[in-house]
Amino acid sequence: MASLKDHKSHQLGLHKEVLTGRTQQVFFNPEESENFFYYNSYKVDFNKRTEIDVSDLDCVSLNKKIKNLMQKGFGTIVLKNPGAKHSLGVGILNKLNLIIEGSLGYFGVGSIDGPIVRISGRVGWSCAENMMAGKVVIEKNAGSCFGAAIRGGDLICKGSVGARSGIDMKGGTIIIGGDAGAFTGFMMQRGRIIILGNVGPNLGDSMYDGTIFVGGQIGSLGADAVEGELTELDHSWLKRKLKVAEIDKKINFKNFKKIVSGKKLWNYDNLEPTEKKGAI
Amino acid sequence: MKKKTKNKSKRKDSDIKSSREKMIGQHIGYRYDVNLLPDYNRLTPFLKKYIEHMGWDDLNWLEDVHMGYEDGKPAVFDRNINGWVTAPPKMKLPKNQQDRDMIARELLIKFQMSPNHPLVVLKKAYKKSD
Repeated sequence: MASLKDHKSHQLGLHKEVLTGRTQQVFFNPEESENFFYYNSYKVDFNKRTEIDVSDLDCVSLNKKIKNLMQKGFGTIVLKNPGAKHSLGVGILNKLNLIIEGSLGYFGVGSIDGPIVRISGRVGWSCAENMMAGKVVIEKNAGSCFGAAIRGGDLICKGSVGARSGIDMKGGTIIIGGDAGAFTGFMMQRGRIIILGNVGPNLGDSMYDGTIFVGGQIGSLGADAVEGELTELDHSWLKRKLKVAEIDKKINFKNFKKIVSGKKLWNYDNLEPTEKKGAI
Repeated sequence: MKKKTKNKSKRKDSDIKSSREKMIGQHIGYRYDVNLLPDYNRLTPFLKKYIEHMGWDDLNWLEDVHMGYEDGKPAVFDRNINGWVTAPPKMKLPKNQQDRDMIARELLIKFQMSPNHPLVVLKKAYKKSD
């Protein structure tokens, strides 16, 4: 049986270093030359375009194929006949133009960091789950848990979305052109959600931080979600963001409501003594 | 020496307000506005170039990046290493949070895209395929 000490990480000396008191400045020189891409990422050209027919491919082979094409420098990839298959286009950590002609199943374009994705159809549950950066535009509707645990980037659905959109989100912006279901922004910790239509009950339930903007009617607010005051900066940012989202609707921003966290769930002052009793 | 300790304790106490904070002896929550939206009039040339290179229309994921503090020093949080990157000590920071945040965004890009980033070493050690 191979010993753990034979692992490459030991050979690289990763387990010998003293971590206490170590500062990240050791790795970092702010005078370093301009570099806008991750080290070892693929150099792609948006003008180099290719197509993939997904009808006979499963998700693993398709995702590998996308990676191989990026290695060859293709910057625009069109997926034909996606057939609502699950987990398509996941884990793309590169600059890329991905055009999907059709619909996606569950967990489409999850864990992406950088690409611009356009989907002409609908998407199933948990689209763009754990997205880090980039832009995803969906022309039709989306299922539940849209943008679950998203960390960054712009996630746009021009139609309506199901329940629990932006659940546990820690950054980024989710923009919904239509209506949103119950528990939108459930336990969100940071980031922004914009809903142009109506939203169901328990909006922003147990949210710790972040901001939700609603253009239509709110079913009800969840625990610790309260109404905030819209500022000039909010107005200008909203106008700008909807342009980025390619939403052409005429919108009266004066009717918008801003929902933020009441921050009453932050400290657990009253819970603490009970918890202590239980522990003793 | 005595004077220094006095000042330190004063600074710490001024942040402590709630009963929970008093109980644990430290401040809870952020010391800067994590929900502050970026003012695009203050975009730096470096950030404009970055947006252009990525093919985006705005700051995208960098909208969530702000200049925070670690151990009393200005620092920016890197989600990829789950840790703070302290700003170089010689760097003079502007008073306005919007301007400070733009600098934080520049620092973070330079740090993340550097071949010396800790994840580059980790990837070499743990990657399963190319």
